[in-house]
Amino acid sequence: MRMMRSTLALGAVLALGLTACGTSTPAETEAPAPADTTTAAAPVEETTPADETAPAEETTPADEGETTDGDVPQGNGETIYLVSKGFQHRFWQAVKEGAEQAGEEFNYKIEFVGPQAETQVTEQLNMLQTALDTKPAAIGLAALDSSAATPLLDQIAAADIPLIAFDSGVDTDHPLTTVSTDNAAAAGEAAKHMVELVGNEGTVGLVCHDEVSVTGKQRCTGFQDWMKENAPEINVLTPQVAGEVGLAADTAKSMIQANPDMVGIYGTNEAAASGVIQGASETGADIVVVGFDSGKTQLEAIRDGRQAGAVTQAPVLMGYETVVAAIKAINGQELPKVIDSGYQWYDASNMDDEEIAGNLYE
Amino acid sequence: MSTSAEGTRAESSSGLSRFLKSSIQQVFVFAALILIYIFFMFAAPNFAEPKIALDIVQQAAYIGVMALGATFIIATGGIDLSVGTGMTLVAVMAGVFLSGDWMNLPLGAGLVLILLVGAVMGLLNGLNISVLGLPPFIATLAMMMVARGLALVISGKATISIANQGYVWLANGEIIPGLKNASLIFILMAIVAGVLLNKTLLGRYAIAIGSNEEATRLSGVNVKFWKTMVYVTAGVFMALGAILYSARFGFVQPAEGVGFELNVIAAVVIGGTSLSGGRANIIGTVVGALIMETLKKGLQMMGIAQEWQLVVTGIVVLIAVFVDIVRRKRASAV
Repeated sequence: MRMMRSTLALGAVLALGLTACGTSTPAETEAPAPADTTTAAAPVEETTPADETAPAEETTPADEGETTDGDVPQGNGETIYLVSKGFQHRFWQAVKEGAEQAGEEFNYKIEFVGPQAETQVTEQLNMLQTALDTKPAAIGLAALDSSAATPLLDQIAAADIPLIAFDSGVDTDHPLTTVSTDNAAAAGEAAKHMVELVGNEGTVGLVCHDEVSVTGKQRCTGFQDWMKENAPEINVLTPQVAGEVGLAADTAKSMIQANPDMVGIYGTNEAAASGVIQGASETGADIVVVGFDSGKTQLEAIRDGRQAGAVTQAPVLMGYETVVAAIKAINGQELPKVIDSGYQWYDASNMDDEEIAGNLYE
Repeated sequence: MSTSAEGTRAESSSGLSRFLKSSIQQVFVFAALILIYIFFMFAAPNFAEPKIALDIVQQAAYIGVMALGATFIIATGGIDLSVGTGMTLVAVMAGVFLSGDWMNLPLGAGLVLILLVGAVMGLLNGLNISVLGLPPFIATLAMMMVARGLALVISGKATISIANQGYVWLANGEIIPGLKNASLIFILMAIVAGVLLNKTLLGRYAIAIGSNEEATRLSGVNVKFWKTMVYVTAGVFMALGAILYSARFGFVQPAEGVGFELNVIAAVVIGGTSLSGGRANIIGTVVGALIMETLKKGLQMMGIAQEWQLVVTGIVVLIAVFVDIVRRKRASAV
């Protein structure tokens, strides 16, 4: 009985994971080599005032243009078909927006579809089939399931239609590139700002929302790695996992009470960061809280100063880069294995800037 | 006042020995709590500070209050798997009633409606079980799914913030300085549950049904009605848990609550209430919830990773239930 119950609970937890919007799992994302780091660095550099300690991934000079090589051939109104993970969620709307920007700029027609919910794998496959049937110039796919699409992807390859993966990778070699957020580098950005805010001493804790998915792990280890390399004087605690606000609050509270020299806590998503804020306020300690992604409670907390800031993914840029990569693929240009769609640090001072506000959602 | 009740099994012993037996049980669980607490006083930095004890009560409050209600269900030999996601659905409805973006009702009206939602969910569980005759496991499993789905649908999968200061005060305010209202409500509800279990028909019939449903029915008790009432009562306790959980943060995240039911069941079982029914212990449930929270707090303060916290908690549940079984076997052998 007990066993069955926990299995059921586990099933429900898995379902929960699948419905989480926007924070999907790149199956095989590697940290991009410096040469491959494209536009990611640009928005980040622009929003960061003092920037002597840039992480290794961000070696691209800030003055490099908006796109990778600047050399994107114009099209003749051919269609690029993007199959996303969803349609209604703000994150995917932003991806669509970016894709359409690029389509307009380079004269391609963008067809953007996605299932109603991020659990509808079959529905997404049907959409991919439709995409294949219309024989577009290129197809982009943000796979809900990294392996389920394999037979269809084989057909797409056989039909000689260039395929670009975005947001998450797939288990086959067919995509010419994968455009996704480098979560590890983004977490490093959060670490960098944490150090700027707390100074180079004291104890810093991590409350991670997920210990299983690749994305979740990268958001944790990216922060730890950056700290180890760039701020060895700071004592970084073993990360604690808490996917719900209640657990995140209790965890943060315990961390603070056990470590009187605690200066900052990093939460890897909205629930983690919001929980940490409540936990910290219950202890009365003055703790710098840094988060990831956006969401209503996190945006409110940043606006009224309870949270220092957060790192957001850049869905608009993701859409834009996916289309640019598709255009390059259509024209037979070489593409790097992974394209980082970038991330941005935001706080109360810049969260209303047009460039950033487009990437934030409630 | 004895706040526990042993089963009215056929060989039911005299009042005095019953009292002694139940006292031994309470002493045992309580001793376990003290031992665990003392261990962490030495093992975890700063755990010995008095405010940690208050934190444990506060943090155990929402699971604890729901476990009080679940004690009645488990006393009847039933189970409630819907209490975790049900709590989230009630919390979402709290958001709907009280949030400025939604209905923005006055606090009093909102609270009545919130408790009503909990009662209705309990009523549905109760009717499905006693009238339709569904096994409690299946009926509440279905309700667990329905509640999870509805919470997502109603909220539009978005966080609902409840800016109502009075509502937030219910959990975070301090009527008694130093003691969070959440803790106070937990203590008061434990007393209410103790009275309900030991001094009212509801509690006595719940245990009677759990001991021998057929015999209870034959002795003229309207089993269907009282069983349904047990689930309604648990539903109200669940709604209180939802209030404590969501008021602490002033917002509701609709995807939470999955798995909370297992913490609730664990607290009840550690407390010595038998999953096969016929035996219930309110103080045990309170202490069970405190043991779970003490373990969590202590292990967190020791800096132990969460996956190991789960392992340790699981082992403690096993030991608690095993020792209880051994103790009862000895008792009945004598």
